[in-house]
Amino acid sequence: MIILVAAHFVAAMLAPALVARLGRRAFLVLALVPLVGFLWMLGQTRGVHAGRGVVEVIDWVPSLDIELAFRLGALQWLMALIVTGIGALVLAYCAWYFADDDPGLSSFSGNFVAFAGSMLGLVVCDDLLVLYVFWELTTVFSYLLIGSDPAQRASRQAAMQALIVTTLGGLAMLVGMLVLGQEAGTHRISALLADAPTGPTTTVAIALVLVGALSKSALIPFHFWLPGAMAAPTPVSAYLHAASMVKAGVYLVALLAPGFAGTAGWHEIVLTLGVGTMLLGGWRALRQYDAKLLLAYGTVSQLGFLLIVFSIGTRATAIAGLALLLGHALFKATLFLVVGIVEHQSGTRDIRALSGVGRESPVVLVTAVVAGASMAGLPPLLGFVAKESVFGSLLDVARESDRPGLSPIAGWLVLVGVVLGSVLTVAYTARLLWGTLATKPGLEPTPYTPEPAAFLLAPVVLTVLTVGLGFAGHALSVVLAPHAGQFPSGAHDVELALWHGLELPLAFSALALLLGLGLFVRRRDVGAFQGAVSWSWTAEGGYRLLMRTVDRLAVETTGLTQRGSVAAYLVVILVVVLLLPGASVLTALDGPVDTVLWDTPAQAAVGAVMIVAALFTARSRRRLRAVMLAGVTGYGTAMMFALHGAPDLALTQVLVETTSLVVFVLVLRRLPAYFTDRPLSPRRYLRMALGLAVGSVIGLVMLVTTGARTADPVSATYPEEAVEFGGGHNIVNVILVDIRAWDTFGEISVLVAAATGVASLLFLDTRIAGIRRVYDIPFPASVSKVSTQAGRRVWLPGPRTLPPDRRSIIFEVVARLLFPALIVFAFYLLLAGHNNPGGGFAAGMVTGLALMVRYLAGGRYELDEAAPIDAGVLMGTGLFVAAVSALAPLVFGGAVLQSAQVDLVLPLVGKLHLVTSTLFDIGVYLVVVGLVLDMLRTLGSRIDRQILREQRDAEQAAAP
Amino acid sequence: MSTNLTLIVTASALIGCGVYLVLERSLTRVLVGLLVMGNGINLLFLIAGGRAGDAPLKGSTAPSAMSDPLPQALVLTAIVIALGTTAFLLAMAHRSWQLNSNDDVQDDVEDASIRRLAAADEASDSHDLATGGQDDDVRTEEGA
Repeated sequence: MIILVAAHFVAAMLAPALVARLGRRAFLVLALVPLVGFLWMLGQTRGVHAGRGVVEVIDWVPSLDIELAFRLGALQWLMALIVTGIGALVLAYCAWYFADDDPGLSSFSGNFVAFAGSMLGLVVCDDLLVLYVFWELTTVFSYLLIGSDPAQRASRQAAMQALIVTTLGGLAMLVGMLVLGQEAGTHRISALLADAPTGPTTTVAIALVLVGALSKSALIPFHFWLPGAMAAPTPVSAYLHAASMVKAGVYLVALLAPGFAGTAGWHEIVLTLGVGTMLLGGWRALRQYDAKLLLAYGTVSQLGFLLIVFSIGTRATAIAGLALLLGHALFKATLFLVVGIVEHQSGTRDIRALSGVGRESPVVLVTAVVAGASMAGLPPLLGFVAKESVFGSLLDVARESDRPGLSPIAGWLVLVGVVLGSVLTVAYTARLLWGTLATKPGLEPTPYTPEPAAFLLAPVVLTVLTVGLGFAGHALSVVLAPHAGQFPSGAHDVELALWHGLELPLAFSALALLLGLGLFVRRRDVGAFQGAVSWSWTAEGGYRLLMRTVDRLAVETTGLTQRGSVAAYLVVILVVVLLLPGASVLTALDGPVDTVLWDTPAQAAVGAVMIVAALFTARSRRRLRAVMLAGVTGYGTAMMFALHGAPDLALTQVLVETTSLVVFVLVLRRLPAYFTDRPLSPRRYLRMALGLAVGSVIGLVMLVTTGARTADPVSATYPEEAVEFGGGHNIVNVILVDIRAWDTFGEISVLVAAATGVASLLFLDTRIAGIRRVYDIPFPASVSKVSTQAGRRVWLPGPRTLPPDRRSIIFEVVARLLFPALIVFAFYLLLAGHNNPGGGFAAGMVTGLALMVRYLAGGRYELDEAAPIDAGVLMGTGLFVAAVSALAPLVFGGAVLQSAQVDLVLPLVGKLHLVTSTLFDIGVYLVVVGLVLDMLRTLGSRIDRQILREQRDAEQAAAP
Repeated sequence: MSTNLTLIVTASALIGCGVYLVLERSLTRVLVGLLVMGNGINLLFLIAGGRAGDAPLKGSTAPSAMSDPLPQALVLTAIVIALGTTAFLLAMAHRSWQLNSNDDVQDDVEDASIRRLAAADEASDSHDLATGGQDDDVRTEEGA
């Protein structure tokens, strides 16, 4: 069975390719998958009858007690036959319903087959949570199928409405299932039913599960989504919304009835809503002019009927319910398919416009009439057999108290409701058949293209079954007996049969037929009466009101909380910092705190400079001054690191600070020198107070928390581990590339993202273009071409492209001499970093600094000369190298990011101690170099170019 | 564990000034504020690591005399990320200057439009999709 379900999903994935190759004929190939399933299910008949259905179990999530458990009982077998059999027929029907050039045909085919697979999984699985998964899969595919024409507003809305309603029920059901599983201690449905839990918790759980079942099967108050779903193509309506998916709720009730029909509230909920739905659906079906909508309301009515029968829980109702389930699937699918054919061949399905179709196509006429007769409950069809036995079993409940706990009065009420519902059924069946097929006086015959014979295959096969199975009552009773056998035997042994004798059930059938036909004959009066008593309040209106309320609430909440100002959000965050940690730190300040003034007096000196610089930064009104002063705090921090005993940090901080200062200056040349002049407002004092308060609270928190520390640092063992496992003596570097290498990997990814962001903000389209070497650019007019023969070498090639007044020969010479030295230093840092201060970050920054010197000395072409490579390529390579070195240990059976150590003795170089994490560090190095290069290209070269262009434009504008 | 008061006072001052600047409208000031605040917070890591010591290079000194290496590794990451942040915010400031000829942080336009909806007691744009536009049954039943 698992293979069958999986085969559907595989076919669904192949479907688009098939459709692309074969067009609509692909549906015939796809139909083979459910057909094989159908034949396999038929092969299981003997085993199912003997109560020895197939069981398959695969562990899935053992920690949550979820198993892929599948079990074939009689109920599951019947549902699976319906799902696969009708699925195969409807897929074959699709081959004639659609045209090759219908938009979205490929995705439709995939969704349809995937739906069939989910539905099959739903009806054969034996685990509550797996059932839930399949349940929601059917919801999702139903959503996609209803909305298969996304260009139409109506179809989008119908899809969304069906999704919201059924998902709401599904979520309630999930909660119910979890509670039920908790109570019973198992999620296996068969085990759950064998030893059903009881008690108030179970009652709540069952009520929640029922919400799911009722929403899926479109019972009041959820019924409105089903008529809406008729926006879907007709094959979808026939399969999902008549034969299979809407039966999921019915299936669930039938499945749980043996264990839980006695639960408090079960009968009250299902019987009330079931009878109400049956009557409401029939009543509204009588008012429809769209044949599909008429059928949809008829389905709503029949679903109510089915739920009534299955929820009662006697041996007789169980067997009658199964017959009704099968009968309904056969005749309703047929009717939908026939309506689809009529619409396809005549172009309309409005019963006011159709006339003479029956005369044009006798086969359509016969199949529709037979299916309709089965729906109305006429002998000798399956629908009649089923309805007779339902009447009989309900009579047993009312007269003989077949179901203890259900009072005879309730039994009679249900019986009356069901008979009334049957009256309406007869009436709307007549309305449908007459409206669709009859030749009406005073109406031109509808133009009707004769249908291809194969188009009729599916409805004809289903009709044959409707007739044939009507005579196979005994065989059906025997095969389905294992399901009914779960209930205690009732007053009578019920068997499905055409003839039960001249008894009350037959009288009910006759009564329903007569009254129903009477309603049809007097349809004008009925219509007038319905119009007179129609009520304005509908469940759909309630749904709209609810959705609007939720939406309005969301708008109000968002409007209240999302003020749209960054400063306002920051204030909220900072005030929370003040209130929560601030308040708790004040209560914790009781004992004396162990403090020292400083570790070395130099800290105090540096700290004083930093504080003054920070205060002046806050006061500064010039951009450049603010940046420079912030730089002072940065260099001060580097000093603090050095004094603390953190040479790696000090080194990196100095390099980063220098780079950021240059980058700041590169951008600030474009911005106004002063910050925007703003009048001093009282808000400024508020911000000052907030800054003061936050600073103080954080100081206090640090004071209290460091004083409260009792445990040894986790890093106490790092010195030993760094050498033993990481193979390095620089512990900080080993932490970065080995112990906490995941952090580092995340960090370099962030750097790549940031650099990409910078590039896209500056280049807006692509950054690949624009790397040009000096020899392939024209010289500016002011520069005379200098020979580049031997002996005429220049210090740097790039500056020749600059105007003379921007060149500085001393700077060029310094850059020429400094560059190789910096690069060598960077490589030293990179390779030595594992044992001495340095590493990928520092080495990358030094290389970046070297590039920056070249750029500042020689302009943007000099940068391209120094690094004629795209920064994106550099960063991508770096990330790739780091990822490869992280994953490589897996190949050798190690863990991700594990390091290995290799000792090599090379001639000349001597003994070389290699650690594989160096490779990771090289990845980090490349990313950092790429980041700096990208900043220089974007904030440097790119802005240079923009300034030049603006100057040129201004000159052209000034010139006459 | 004894706490270094100099570091605490310096860090608090830097964070306080940073907060003051971050609440500004000018993106350059916000960025400078972030950097100053970040420097202060990096100092907090030093405090959390305990007293000063020798460089954490195994073999150069006894492990008991070393400063704590773990906060240092965390700070190293933070420093380099700060460079990425600087570059990105500067690029944003530049873009904002290109588009609006100032680098002020603007209020969100979408939020303002939601506030207008709230004031007008209206539902959001997505509401129509979830419920369907027309009234019940107008297309389908008698009387239409």
